[in-house]
Parts: sequence; C-alpha cells; structure tokens
Amino acid sequence: MISVVYRLTAPGMIEAACEELALTEGVLLRPRFLSICRADQRYYQGARAQEVLRAKLPMALIHECVAEVVFDPSGEFHPGELAVPCPNIPSKLDEFIAENYLPDSRFRSSGADGFLQEYVLSPADRLARAPANTSIQVSAFLELVSVAMHAVARFEKFSHGRRERIAVWGDGSLGYITALLLRARYPACELTVLGTVYEKLAWFSFADRRLHVDHVHVKQGESLCDHAFECVGGQGSRHAINQMIEFTAPEGALALLGVSEDFVALNTRLILEKGLRLFGSSRSGLSDFICAASVLEQNPWVGQALERLIADVLPIRGIADIHEAFRRDMQQGFGKTVLEFNA
Amino acid sequence: MTIAAILAGGAGSRMGSVNMPKQYLRLGSRPILVHTVEKFFVHPKVEHVVVLVPSSWLGFTQDILNEHLPNHPKTPAGVPGAPGDHNVALIAGGERRNDTLRCALDYVKAHFGDEEDHILLTHDAVRPFVTHRIISENILAAQKHGACDTVIPASDTIVRSDDGQFISLIPPRGSMYQGQTPQTFTCNKLRLLMDSLLPEEEAVLTDACKIYALRGEPVALVPGEVHNIKITYPFDLKVAHAMLGLEEPPTGESL
Repeated sequence: MISVVYRLTAPGMIEAACEELALTEGVLLRPRFLSICRADQRYYQGARAQEVLRAKLPMALIHECVAEVVFDPSGEFHPGELAVPCPNIPSKLDEFIAENYLPDSRFRSSGADGFLQEYVLSPADRLARAPANTSIQVSAFLELVSVAMHAVARFEKFSHGRRERIAVWGDGSLGYITALLLRARYPACELTVLGTVYEKLAWFSFADRRLHVDHVHVKQGESLCDHAFECVGGQGSRHAINQMIEFTAPEGALALLGVSEDFVALNTRLILEKGLRLFGSSRSGLSDFICAASVLEQNPWVGQALERLIADVLPIRGIADIHEAFRRDMQQGFGKTVLEFNA
Repeated sequence: MTIAAILAGGAGSRMGSVNMPKQYLRLGSRPILVHTVEKFFVHPKVEHVVVLVPSSWLGFTQDILNEHLPNHPKTPAGVPGAPGDHNVALIAGGERRNDTLRCALDYVKAHFGDEEDHILLTHDAVRPFVTHRIISENILAAQKHGACDTVIPASDTIVRSDDGQFISLIPPRGSMYQGQTPQTFTCNKLRLLMDSLLPEEEAVLTDACKIYALRGEPVALVPGEVHNIKITYPFDLKVAHAMLGLEEPPTGESL
C-alpha cells in the first residue's frame, strides 16, 4: 500500500513523499492525534547544528502520537483500538542497558521518520494500549508522560529512601508532568516547583510550593529538598543545575532531564562535598509507556491535570496546516499543541 | 453500508507497448491494482470492497489478490465472489464504464439489499495514490449531499475548441477543476438516475457525475491531491515510480 509521508526537507520546508508499506510487516496504524515536542520545533526552526540537519533531513517530524489500529495480521491488536507507538526502535535488547540508551537504537523524528504520516507501520512490540478513561488528546502526548515516568523510575533506583521533600526545577510541560507523576507517586511528600515565570508556576496547583528561582532563600546549613529533578534544558540548564546542587541535602539524587546544546559548567566542589548523585534520564522505553498508561488509569485526576496542559488542538488536512501548527506552537507560552490528524 | 467499487475495466489501450492492462503493471513490489485495493481495504469506514475487471482477467486478478492481500478480520461470511476469506469481492465489469458501474450497483443490491443509506465509492484502479483523507471526505460528502466528486483546481488554462482547429472559448481558470476519483454516491439515487438515461444520452455520458449534473442534481466537491494521479500513459508510470523514490522496472514488466 502507498502511504504519504510529510517530511521536513529543510528548516521550515515540508514536502509530501510517498512510501510503500507492506501490510504483513507489522501493525498498520492511522495517526489520530499528534503533539509537537521542543525537539521537533528545533528541527523545524533549524535550531540544530548544520551537520545534524544535513545528516537527519529529510525526515518526518513528531514522535508523540496516539493512533488507531487499522490492521494487524497477527491479531494481537483489533481494528479500531487506540495505541500509542513507542518512538524508540532498538535493534536488540541488553541485560544492563535500557533500550533508550543503546547506541544503535533508532528514534522516530531523530534519525528515523516520525509520525507525520498518512499511515504508520509498527511492530506490535512497540505499541502500548492507550489508557482507558483518558482523553484521546492526552494520549497524544503519552510519550512525554512516559519520559517523566522513566525519570521517576530511575530516581527510585538511584536515590536513598528519604523522599520527604522533592523539588522540580522547570515550569514547562516536562516540569509539569514530572511534578504531577511525583505527586501521584509520593502524595505525602513536600513537592516544590521552581521556575522563572509566575504565570506558568500558577498552573502547578498540585504542588505544595511554587517558587521563582530568583527568590529562593535557604538558611545556612539547611536545604530545600532531599532530591531534585531538572526539567529546564537549554541556556537555563547551568543556573538550574547549580541551584539544585546548592539547595539539595547531602547524598541527594539529582535527575537531569533537560537537553542543552552547550556544555554546562557545574559546581563540582559542592557535588563532591555533599556526595550528590547526578544521573541523566532521556527518552523512554515501551515499559515506561505501559507504566504511564497505568498511572493515568489509576489516577483520573492526573489525566484531568494533563488535559489542562493542552494549549491548542489544531486540525491538520495538509502541509499548510502543519506549517500553521508549528507557527502557533512557537507562540505558545505554556502547554502542549495537539494536532488532530486528518491528512 | 459503505462499499468501494474499484473499476478496473480498461484493457490498457492507452498504455503503449506494454503487454498487460495497466492496472496489473508493477509499482514497487506489487501491481498497481493491489496498491489501490489496499487503500480501501484498510480504511476503517469502508466495509466492503468489490473489484470489477474484464471477465477474461478474473482468474488472473483473483490470483494476485490472493497473493498480496492478507486475511482481513472484517470478512462477512458467505459473500459470493470473495477471494479467499478476506473482505474483497471480485466480479466482471462491463463493456463501457457505465456498464461496469451498473455491474457494481447490481452487485450491491444482490448482496446487501437496496437500503437507502448504502454509499458506493467508485474509484479508478489506476489511482493508487488516493489518500485516507480523500476517502473519508468522500464518504462524509456523499452522506451529506448524496453525491460528490474528487477534484483539484485546474493548474493549466482550459481551452475549448469545437472544431479541433480553432479556439471556441477559454473559460476562466478560477472556476475550472480537474476531476479525479473517487466519485461517491448513494446507491439508490445513482441507480435511479442511470435508469432514466435515454440511449443517446448513455452513449455520451461516460462520467457518473455528469449524469447528476445533467439531471440538475447536486454533486459536492471534495478536494483531491495533485499526487492522486491516474496512471494512463508510460510517462505516468515513470512519475509514479519517481514519487516512490524507486527505479522504474524495465519497460513492460508486470507483477
């Protein structure tokens, strides 16, 4: 069968290409709702190094998607079922290294075509069932929820057991979702969110404290939190991570989730002095999708809080609509841009 | 019920030196006809597909459908003519396009009755680049308006000549469109209008939407796609291969 792929050929340029799909080689999916991620926006804007753009384009963008199962020759999924495809495509699994850290794993919309396609063919073992009793528009960005889920799972692996005070640096979508999952996982902990925009911090109503990073005061010898999560990325990384180092109690775990294109200078003296454990967390694997779906099913209030994160739902019938969606997404101060895909 | 009729009646007389009707020529890994059938076969709103081919090509077509189309869970039991056990039926078309259309209508009536709300999508077998959106919007437009045609705005100036030598008229391009397929109808209305045709009308009406227009019945426009091309000439096949980023197989190679 012939399917149309909407590929970014150069920053700001999208072209429709056609590709042949073999129905017997996987589960055939029809993307229903997609969501734009910062990484997609960076490709679209050309805010990546020229050699990266040269190596990866042309490529279909977007790795956050909920799709309808159209056809599955294996019979594992039924036509009409909603599934969330995992964008990570490992070529093999490893006993110690998670699938999303294997160097030869491929990732959709970063080296492999993303989900801006008329139809997507996916192996059945790369699909999670969309969470029941959850808005389909929220399922569109279950991938981002799974990224936060993955970080929380790693945090449980690497951190000591005193988890009474947890802080999240970052007042964007990833900070919101990470804080939300921490709230669901540790309902009794004191949850603090730190950001740079009061209007954004106001959305974090479920947190115990919402602090502006320029107005954090901790007495000498005291700390703000036992452990901390960084969901800032970019140029704000340096300030955020060094604040985390300063304000986290000794032996705390610091999770780093934000992507920075530049090297970040850190206060290593204090890291050593406090015996802090810094760990990276990037992307996610299928098991994180399944866990994220399970959290949504068991905590309807999480799904409702994620619905509030949807800033815009835009219809997509063709290339002009895709451009409009990226333009509108750029102007969003806060929240996720969801695309209703009808192309 | 929504039924797609894939019209593969032509014997490829316009294709040049190739040995087979054009719908059987290979595009990528499979015949053009298979690509086209698959597009309707997987569409969630299309409940049944009937393929109409010249009677002498029935056996051949059945073989390639059996070879390429995997089993489909939507199969209604006991539909005569269904190859294997998937939900695609294969029947003989007629001499002309209108005859083939009548065969499709008769097939629907015989197997699914003549309920008011049966929708028939009719599509050229040699347009394998039809999209999910075009099919979806055809179904919606036919449900709402009774009939629709898939079109794209004319990119070239249309010139009319009554004698074939001199221009009679150049209509304004802004209101000109190029027709594609699918063309989609409610079955009963299409049958009624076709039955009303006089023999002299039938001889010149090669397009079902034209019958509606002639009788003053509305036909809604559904936006097509520039790439929803009809593979008619050898040049089109070259374009189709290029669209898929493929090398063209040697001239005349089929399957």
